[in-house]
Amino acid sequence: MAKMNMLQAINNALDLAMAKDDGVVCFGEDVGHFGGVFRATSKLQEKYGKARCFNTPLTEQGIAGFANGMAAQGMKPVAEIQFADYIFPAFDQIVNETAKFRYRSGNEFNVGGIVFRSPYGGGIAGGHYHSQSPEAYFAHTPGLKVVIPRDPYQAKGLLLASIACPDPVIFFEPKKLYRASIGEVPEEYYEIELGKAEVTQQGKDITILAWGAQMDIVQKAVEMAEKDGISCEVIDLRSILPWDADTVAASVKKTGRLLINHEAPLTGGFAGEIAATIQKMCFLHLESPIERVCGMDTPYPLALEKEYVADHLKTYEAIKRSVNF
Amino acid sequence: MTNPNNATITTVHTAEFTAGDALKIPTLRILRDDGSLYEGAVAPELDKATALKMYDTMVFIRVLDERMLAAQRQGRISFYMQCLGEEATTVGSAAALAEQDMIMAQYREQGALRYRGFTLEQFMNQLFSNEKDLGKGRQMPVHYGSKDIYYMTISSPLGTQIPQASGYAYAQKLRGLANTTICYFGEGAASEGDFHAGLNMAAVHKAPVIFFCRNNGYAISTPASEQFVGDGIACRAVGYGMKALRVDGADILAVYQATKMARDHALKHNEPVLIESIAYRLGAHSSSDDPSGYRSKEEEEKWRQNDPIARFRLWLVEKGWLNEADDKATIEALRTEILDALKVAEKVAKPGIEHLISDVYAEPIPALQQQLDELKAHIRKYPDAYPVTAGRLD
Ligand SMILES: Cc1ncc(C[n+]2csc(CCOP(=O)(O)OP(=O)(O)O)c2C)c(N)n1
Ligand SMILES: [Mg+2]
Repeated sequence: MAKMNMLQAINNALDLAMAKDDGVVCFGEDVGHFGGVFRATSKLQEKYGKARCFNTPLTEQGIAGFANGMAAQGMKPVAEIQFADYIFPAFDQIVNETAKFRYRSGNEFNVGGIVFRSPYGGGIAGGHYHSQSPEAYFAHTPGLKVVIPRDPYQAKGLLLASIACPDPVIFFEPKKLYRASIGEVPEEYYEIELGKAEVTQQGKDITILAWGAQMDIVQKAVEMAEKDGISCEVIDLRSILPWDADTVAASVKKTGRLLINHEAPLTGGFAGEIAATIQKMCFLHLESPIERVCGMDTPYPLALEKEYVADHLKTYEAIKRSVNF
Repeated sequence: MTNPNNATITTVHTAEFTAGDALKIPTLRILRDDGSLYEGAVAPELDKATALKMYDTMVFIRVLDERMLAAQRQGRISFYMQCLGEEATTVGSAAALAEQDMIMAQYREQGALRYRGFTLEQFMNQLFSNEKDLGKGRQMPVHYGSKDIYYMTISSPLGTQIPQASGYAYAQKLRGLANTTICYFGEGAASEGDFHAGLNMAAVHKAPVIFFCRNNGYAISTPASEQFVGDGIACRAVGYGMKALRVDGADILAVYQATKMARDHALKHNEPVLIESIAYRLGAHSSSDDPSGYRSKEEEEKWRQNDPIARFRLWLVEKGWLNEADDKATIEALRTEILDALKVAEKVAKPGIEHLISDVYAEPIPALQQQLDELKAHIRKYPDAYPVTAGRLD
């Protein structure tokens, strides 16, 4: 075990993946010599050479298309999109190409080797172009897998599983936690299974579901609720697509209540999908309406960021609302 | 023989490559480092008032950059981007335009913005995201914009303004306006798909737009040598069938001259023109960046000698329009003026809570109004947690 922050854990995962399989290639804007604007690919060019870790021209659609081509040939591109807010020029390559490569060719070809890594989320005074959480756009695209880690240990294991996975994965990294989240991480290779949620805390009155950077936020709310005698079960969804409805439903059947928290705006956010599925699976067990605590239906603000976000106080209030329904 | 476009094409009967570097575009230089003119070069017609306004603008933004970078270091603003080394590029080009020509910039064009008359207070209000900011405190520092002075609000996603500029200029043409649109972007942004889309659209639909590429050698850490192969950005314009010019971006007379010519041509023939300006991003990419991780001090020193302001100053002194002594006094006075304005702006309140939902649509949709009402009720319950708005919810 070693103490690592999330960036170090990601860097370590990439290093191990490149050492294990020479088909793994890392590229993106400023990813080469400089090691990426957040330094996630630090020293990889030095270690594995310019052919396997390199800067690309400044074009996300080019990066995604290039990754599609490399993966179609059988390699494992791990392409970085510098900010999730800048993934949209690559939307066509990802949504119409990456996601449908296998399906449209009857499995003659596939681009399952791809991982798109991208920092997402707010809390860094980044305004609407450095704070977005676009997971729901991609969750609406059959053929993609979407993964979001909450801490360094999770980041390493989930990233290694994403690289090993035979399907294309979009791996969103909570940039707010890059340096802030520090934890014990095994130095050796390990994977955390995709598509499985994790119950991080057992409880009996209400299930609180979140992912990524919101896990720390809901934890704060849970501690407040516990002072009021409310026992919370906490789940990290980890994989947004495919998502682990069984684990969530089992918990809700036990607690009778569900609160979903995400950073992205409420309307069309992934919480809506979860709520619809869970109300069907758990209808007779529900004691109160499923609560959603999410970003407001506006672009991500700058000066009024504090007011906008799905913070611990709004979550705490929603927990009480649900329990006292 | 003609091609499918009905253009006459020449034919050969033995296979022969055209080399990838066959097209080499020369770089216009008028002003030497010592303030004299190159042999055979003619200075553009510039009256004293315009020349001094250009000079004052360059000096202003240099002092502003220095001051605001320091303010960022002190934690007074969250972020900043300087244009050190590129002052002549944006000021020289803006000076060659008419006041109602549209400017669509990338983010490092404070020179053009100031030349248009953006006030010191307006700069400060944007940088502090306060309630007087024209953009209502919504964007990160340096994302300026002002309808009054025909300066389109900056958008962070790179290259997006390029096809927009083609469309804006096309609309100017349809409206019968005698105006053009200038579109600034970096050599890095020129790699985006939007660059290619925008140039082709403008060429095909004959939009009177000036594409102005600031080739400053870097896109964050990525050197131009890893951004594209070959001669630069200017030759790409030729591929789209449009006229191109390349200038020394530290030579304000060359930049001015090239932009004047481009503007005249664009308006007279309803055609786009591309200018590539070669300078060097002498500062860090932004306040979040440290160039020591990707380039040498020696390289920076070499370019530091190429100071666009010093060069223009020598020419102005030589002409008798400026003397060194007033210059020092001006800079001192500017420093004080900027610091005073900063102190005022940092005390101005943040935008009110209603601006969380204003401008998402022309009128807030019912769901947003409801979300705002719920938020206000929540803040009333926890006023200490939301100090920016708690005291003024009504
Ligand atoms: C679509 C998009 N991708 C990535 C970024 C992140 N980014 C901001 S500035 C920059 C470099 C731009 O370089 P260049 O166009 O040469 O302009 P310069 O900074 O040199 O003025 C990058 C990669 C962005 N803002 N938008
Ligand atoms: Mg550049």
